[in-house]
Amino acid sequence: MKVYRHAVIVAALLLICTTAVATPDATRQAQLEHLLSQDCGACHGLHMTGGLGPELTRTALAGKSRDSLIATVSHGRPDTAMPGWAPLLSPDDIRWLVDLLLQGYPTP
Amino acid sequence: MIRSLLLSAATGLLLSACVQPPLRGTGDLGVVVERATGSVQIIESDTRTALARLEGFGDLSHASVVFSRDQRYAYVFGRDGGLSKIDLLTRRIDHRVIQGGNSIGGAISQDGKLIAVSNYVPGGVKVFDAKTLQLVADIPATPLADGSKRSRVVGLVDAPGQRFVFSLFDTGEIWTADFSQGSTPRISRFTDIGQQPYDALITPDGRYYMAGLFGEDGMAQLDLWHPERGVQRVLGDYGRGHVKLPVYKMPHLEGWAVADNQAFVPAVGHHQVLVMDSRTWKQTAVIPVAGQPVFVTSRPDGRQLWVNFAYPDNDRVQVIDSETRSVIADLRPGPAVLHMEFTARGDQLWLSLRDGGQVQVWDPYRLTLLGSLPATAPSGIFFSSRAQKMGY
Repeated sequence: MKVYRHAVIVAALLLICTTAVATPDATRQAQLEHLLSQDCGACHGLHMTGGLGPELTRTALAGKSRDSLIATVSHGRPDTAMPGWAPLLSPDDIRWLVDLLLQGYPTP
Repeated sequence: MIRSLLLSAATGLLLSACVQPPLRGTGDLGVVVERATGSVQIIESDTRTALARLEGFGDLSHASVVFSRDQRYAYVFGRDGGLSKIDLLTRRIDHRVIQGGNSIGGAISQDGKLIAVSNYVPGGVKVFDAKTLQLVADIPATPLADGSKRSRVVGLVDAPGQRFVFSLFDTGEIWTADFSQGSTPRISRFTDIGQQPYDALITPDGRYYMAGLFGEDGMAQLDLWHPERGVQRVLGDYGRGHVKLPVYKMPHLEGWAVADNQAFVPAVGHHQVLVMDSRTWKQTAVIPVAGQPVFVTSRPDGRQLWVNFAYPDNDRVQVIDSETRSVIADLRPGPAVLHMEFTARGDQLWLSLRDGGQVQVWDPYRLTLLGSLPATAPSGIFFSSRAQKMGY
């Protein structure tokens, strides 16, 4: 019985760990914001107003689904210069970046 | 009487010495772009010092610079459509116009009298008087099929015969604009040159214009000696078609290193520098390197090549021996090496460390660091000696 209860607790903890959405900490957020403006900005513009890559301002992204944006950032877009960032960024990093863009970056 | 005359003459001389800055040349001057703050520094390679910082250039991400033939003026092409003319002697902005909405570089004509800028928005090329920055010619690009806007223009270079050559990203074209008969250009259009040309270069002799293609393998090549032969596809193995690795920053095609009839070219999607025979444009060798190369820059004597890399390997620089085609040095200058520029005769190499907040000066023969200058998120470094080179 006791073993069973332990197992349940461990399983529950594991479940929390795998499904919980962890927000990157402040240091990581600063790194990600730097990456966004400097490295994403190389194609999308320092202010996300577009270049060879499309504009990523809040207005430009209005109505776009969060999940499809996360998929694009994670896996890239075939036949375009957009690479998948999953090899370099964690799912939490990518979700945080997409949410930042949806809220509007750089902050108006 | 004589004494007082002499005295006043001496005073006059002294006074004029005070109001006139000492005479100097501009051949050892250059410009460092500070992309995030919209500022540029004027630097002097002889003393490895910064002479001035100028501000108010707007968005300088991916900014580039060309120089007047007297090497006194620098023209800065900003991302936000700003075109600024800097006087390197008085250290002031001489003229500045906002000529477009979203821009990607420019060129100066063979005779030094015209400045051309390539625009994403509105898609096309605008040409200005180099002295006054007054508009001379407007060359709108091909409209997209849905009529919403015009094709974005990339890979704009100057070419012999008072021409500009550029590529249309969205519609897959190469155009030449010939200004040899006056300010109304004769336009030649080459269509169906390949999918999505994203950048281009002109060989140092000004003969071959080559555009890299996003959409397919190979490069589109126009022989400017024989434009009647049309655009050919060369370097069939080159490109993104069989990309194995993600490319976090596309390589720059400007300033391909050509040494000893070999062209050293950054691969796309492979951690390699490719070697091509520059007479046949066939690949002859592959040099494995540390990451996705961005710039492959030849020391002016052609014996060594300096290579920097895309994220996440952008803290490294490798040096290749062009004769043995092997990596002979693996340097770690610091975080985010964005650009490298040799002095005209190759005694110094300057490189920018965007995230290291400095510009470093290296001795490219001893491979030692000579010194560094503070700079705010520096990107491009441009020496005024570019004024005398085609395609720069």
